[in-house]
Amino acid sequence: MIHERPGPEIEEIHGYVDGQLGPEARRRVAERLAREPHAQDQVDAYAAMRDGLKALYDPVALEPIPPRLLARPHRRPWLRPIGALAASLALLVTGGFIGMRLERGRLTPIAGTPSVVREAAMAYAVYTPDLRHPVEIPGEQEQHLVNWLTKRMGAQLRAPQLANLGFHLVGGRLLSSDDGPGALLMYENGQGRRVVLYACHNEERDRGTTFRFAQEEGVSVFHWLEGPLSYALAGEVDRAELLAIAESVYQQLRA
Amino acid sequence: MAHGIDGDRLVTEIPRLRRYARALTRDGQAADDLVQDCLERAWRKGHHWEAGTDLCAWLFTVMHNLYVNGLRRRRPDTHPIGHAEFADPRSQSQEAGLQVRDLEQALGLLPPEQQEVLLLVCLEEMTYEQVASVTGVPIGTVMSRLHRARERMRRFMSGEESPPGQPVVRRVK
Repeated sequence: MIHERPGPEIEEIHGYVDGQLGPEARRRVAERLAREPHAQDQVDAYAAMRDGLKALYDPVALEPIPPRLLARPHRRPWLRPIGALAASLALLVTGGFIGMRLERGRLTPIAGTPSVVREAAMAYAVYTPDLRHPVEIPGEQEQHLVNWLTKRMGAQLRAPQLANLGFHLVGGRLLSSDDGPGALLMYENGQGRRVVLYACHNEERDRGTTFRFAQEEGVSVFHWLEGPLSYALAGEVDRAELLAIAESVYQQLRA
Repeated sequence: MAHGIDGDRLVTEIPRLRRYARALTRDGQAADDLVQDCLERAWRKGHHWEAGTDLCAWLFTVMHNLYVNGLRRRRPDTHPIGHAEFADPRSQSQEAGLQVRDLEQALGLLPPEQQEVLLLVCLEEMTYEQVASVTGVPIGTVMSRLHRARERMRRFMSGEESPPGQPVVRRVK
């Protein structure tokens, strides 16, 4: 869903309340407030809201810090359940994917949701929230991971290097897909954002390589076909950033 | 030092992180869990933080990502209402207390991404650019979310819009 940016006059009202205007804009708004009572009401309501939120939560910052937050953390068993798999899926599917085909600069909507997109999105929703056990084999054992996935998939797999884009390999795992085994590689950047590269067998082998994009509720998926495998890259990152990663992965897998 | 992060500096940021987390989750336990996750990540990933840059902004970005991941884990139940273990810091009259309580409830009814923007601006007093950076969206999206959050809160508070499943109660001044 796209919400339009409020007009400049409205943005100035917010800037005024939040003390984020230069002197000239501030004077301009003050003059307007004198003329327009409804704008003054708006400012008063916003300021009251801010004061109320501060009254509610500022005392938290004055509380003594609980000891558990001061201890240098140890690894501890992670007990929180991974829920909401179905909900995450519903989220991805409900609005209907707006698939876009990226080919020679043209944008053509595509129909339906390919299974590779559903499976990649599901794998993303299930495994990336897990802080402790997101993967079966960690990235430190990359060679072992790649050999194992290649053997289980029955097709050569590679783990692209994304260090120049700020992402490193967390590790990977084997999944079951609609068409047999699926392979998942997870990457993470310095701020903890994660993306997953998912590969499964390609039913449409003779249709050539296409590069497509799907998005819903902030989860973006680029997917394409390459030889015997379908690939999908999924993440909750900006589309342009995901595209840069997808292009790098695509180039490396073709090379 | 093995980590790029200075433990003493990290500790000075904890009160702000707790305040923001409490406002986001409106639950003392969940808030401190979120802060703890954030600190653990900061310890483990501290080498990604560049010395000399804004440590606080980096920590808020880390916490934003954890929060968003957590939402995905919990959906569709993303509207915890009420505040268990919440020592009431207020000693206002009953009427004023009621309004503050209403404010908290109204906050909980906003979509999470609007709550975040509203709290980062009002509570953390971040600039709109900082909010855009922490939440990873363009500044136009920040402005749109801020405006929608404030207008929706205003309607809740004035009784023009009733929370789902609740009758409209109009307060007489």
